[in-house]
Amino acid sequence: MISYPKILQTDLGGSLLLGILMIAGLLVPLLNLTVNDTHLLHVSTYTMALLGKYLCYALLAIAVDLVWGYLGILSLGHGAFFTLGGYAMGMYLMRQIGTRGVYGHPLLPDFMVFLNWPELPWFWNGFNWFWFAMLMVIVVPGLLAYVFGWFAFRSRVTGVYLSIMTQALTYALMLAFFRNEMGFGGNNGLTDFKDILGFSLQSDETRAGLFVASVIALAGGYVSSRWVMNSRLGKLCTAIRDEEDRARFIGYRVEDAKLWVFTFSAVLAGIAGALYVPQVGIINPTEFAPLASIEIVIWVAVGGRATLYGAVIGAMIINYAKSYLTAALPDVWLFGLGALFILVTLFLPHGVAGLFRQGSFAFWWKKKETLTVVAERANL
Amino acid sequence: MVAFSYKLKKWILYTVVAIIGLSFGSLDRCLAETTQIGVFNEALVLLLEKNFSKKSVAIEKLAESGDARSERILEALLSGDLFYLKKNKTLVYAHREGSAYAIREVLTDEDLGIEKKRKLKKIAINNNLRAQLKDVLARMGLTHADAGIRLAAVNKMLDTLTPEIDELLTDRLETETDPDVKEALMTALSIAVLRGGPETNTSDRLDVLQQLTGNLQPAVRNELTQLMEKETDADLRKAASAILDGIEMRIAIFEFFETLFFGLSLGSVLVLAAIGLAITFGVIGVINMAHGELIMLGAYTTYVFQQMMPDAIGMALLLSIPAAFAVSGLAGILIERTIIRFLYGRPLETLLATFGLSLILQQAVRSIFSPLNRSVTTPDWMSGAIQLNPVLSLTTNRVVILIFSFLVFAGLSLLLKKSSIGLQVRAVSQNRPMARAMGVRAARVDALTFGLGSGIAGIAGVALSQLTNVGPNLGQAYIVDSFMVVVFGGVGNLWGTLIGGLSLGVTNKFLEPWTGAVLAKILILVIIILFIQKRPQGLFPQKGRAAG
Repeated sequence: MISYPKILQTDLGGSLLLGILMIAGLLVPLLNLTVNDTHLLHVSTYTMALLGKYLCYALLAIAVDLVWGYLGILSLGHGAFFTLGGYAMGMYLMRQIGTRGVYGHPLLPDFMVFLNWPELPWFWNGFNWFWFAMLMVIVVPGLLAYVFGWFAFRSRVTGVYLSIMTQALTYALMLAFFRNEMGFGGNNGLTDFKDILGFSLQSDETRAGLFVASVIALAGGYVSSRWVMNSRLGKLCTAIRDEEDRARFIGYRVEDAKLWVFTFSAVLAGIAGALYVPQVGIINPTEFAPLASIEIVIWVAVGGRATLYGAVIGAMIINYAKSYLTAALPDVWLFGLGALFILVTLFLPHGVAGLFRQGSFAFWWKKKETLTVVAERANL
Repeated sequence: MVAFSYKLKKWILYTVVAIIGLSFGSLDRCLAETTQIGVFNEALVLLLEKNFSKKSVAIEKLAESGDARSERILEALLSGDLFYLKKNKTLVYAHREGSAYAIREVLTDEDLGIEKKRKLKKIAINNNLRAQLKDVLARMGLTHADAGIRLAAVNKMLDTLTPEIDELLTDRLETETDPDVKEALMTALSIAVLRGGPETNTSDRLDVLQQLTGNLQPAVRNELTQLMEKETDADLRKAASAILDGIEMRIAIFEFFETLFFGLSLGSVLVLAAIGLAITFGVIGVINMAHGELIMLGAYTTYVFQQMMPDAIGMALLLSIPAAFAVSGLAGILIERTIIRFLYGRPLETLLATFGLSLILQQAVRSIFSPLNRSVTTPDWMSGAIQLNPVLSLTTNRVVILIFSFLVFAGLSLLLKKSSIGLQVRAVSQNRPMARAMGVRAARVDALTFGLGSGIAGIAGVALSQLTNVGPNLGQAYIVDSFMVVVFGGVGNLWGTLIGGLSLGVTNKFLEPWTGAVLAKILILVIIILFIQKRPQGLFPQKGRAAG
């Protein structure tokens, strides 16, 4: 018998999550590919793509939970890293279209032909190789997060200031990517993808492959995040979240810890974006919108902060509700989402995951909270 | 009560006197005008004659009649829009609409609907009449009682100067009293001399050229540019070149002022939008993401008031200022009492909860009004532009809003500095426990402060409704900018917000010609992000114990 990984031994929620993921990763593609269309157990390609999309969102939620739950940084700009990863993947897919575009240009994507661009801009070079695109999926969001974090954490920008700045970051990127001159397709973004690594994106087999890839990415993202958070770095993160000054006075390099976890989280978000794009078939600047980023935060809040698996639960619940409500009752969706923000922050500070733990920890949480409120109000 | 009835009586008396006076006055005028009306009607009859010389007499008579309608009739005649109905010989203005004509009666300006072409007859003119018409129209414009119209008439002629008009202008110059019109006349005459060509005396033209120094009329600039291209005389070219440079220099300066004005205007809007936020954020340390939606509520209040009072748009706008303050202010107090007060000390959670609230408010407006933009009318006294000179004009609504935002700022500073509630607000913001120990009811101050900040947001909404579309996304468009202003200016400092907002607005407008609107905005965001690195507390950090 294989020895059970040490980091999961005390992590019941995580073990359950990984188990479900493993089952879903095997069952869903199998039911899609082998069971007849008319059979009761058949999973349609549409459902599989939808579930694949949720998996990407779940990975994104884990990324946000890392910085918000464990580090106390409320990032309102994680959509930016997600979208950048998505664009890197989209650029690769764009190059794979080749001469099959509307204008049939061998080198330029359709929108560049349309805009009369003479040649490929320099930053599009290399995206015809899959490995290069995958490298960029990691490097671009990671680098942006590193540079942004380096500036922000060194000058000790914290709290709401940092939140607003992350929001400004994604807002600025949205404005920039809406411009046609940027060379990323303007407000139409990148779409009309044909195939990935030679496999047609329309075929069920490729879809199943992408679904499995998303399952693996989510499981890998979860395990690696759990591993980081169980390490000494993770303990330091919790210390920084609860008492940043004290951690600094003890002698830890608070900035470095924040910077690495922030960058790691951005890379996870970028990978999620890269898996999202081929399954959805389009990437455009609306993904940069501040609202999109703040929605991620509410997934985490609903699921429960600082649990990692809670983020996955939250992303799944809310996105399922969104898919259902935006189709059935479009007006109600925003009311519901808004109400959710308020109710969760007021009455469910530990989210759905917190409900499970409430029994033993309820008293302890309550006591700690009152103390913090008193302390912080006194500080004002 | 006594004072009121006294006032009422006084007003009734005034009204009666006014009515009597008016009826006498109009009777008087009627008598004096009968002869003129006679001339006018005679002219209209003559106009229907086929004979061109009779029409010529009609034109003269129309010009002499002094009737306000004459000018439009003559213009229509010149442009071939004057017709009469064949059946009853009524004069009409006709405007082609497909194969038929949309017609209006000349005398009453009444809309007579659409008429087929064969029922109408055009009043024909020949070239002689055309020349006469132009001359008459020019004369009428030049002799009009209103100086503004005279000025416009002169400026209109700058492009089409003929020797006949020159004479007219020279005559006019002797009797003209208004300095602006006089100057315009001189300019026109100078241009006429310059156009005289080689047979005109060179020294005359040089003299005239000197008079055009610094003249900002576009026609002058065109004239000089053409002169530079055609002229062979070296002295003249040199002089013209120097004057042209001077003119362009002046234009550049005024363009600078124009950009500065638009920058200040944008800045004043930012200040209005941000100042409420600065209060709530600065005093109670709460980020209110629904601030933009409180602005939106103010704008919709204006819309509702204008819908209720469609006959008094300006009054509705003025009334909606206190109303919007009340609506948004009460909404703010409600928000504080039901949500925010449970989240004090947890700024990130407050941010999320208020964000949820902003979604609800937006969707509520979408459901109640419509997802589409609503149109708010600008009253007459706020529309148009103040023309300072041919190059520089300031849009009136922006000037009004600039002044308005300064007034709001001044009012708010006074309130915070001089009133007892202001004292309490400052005390709580600087040292909450100490203020409470001194007997300040901090919870009440929190609610009032939040209400005040929200009310100011409502007022900002009234101002914004005059500049942009009123729609569910109005607030979102300003929320990021407002935060930037607050963060840039420094938290808890009204002056910081003022300086921060104005400087951001001005910088934005000066960057725009170089980089385009979107890139300018991105650059500003980047600049602020870098600035925060250098000075995390903003331009004007709080001092002492309140800081941190």
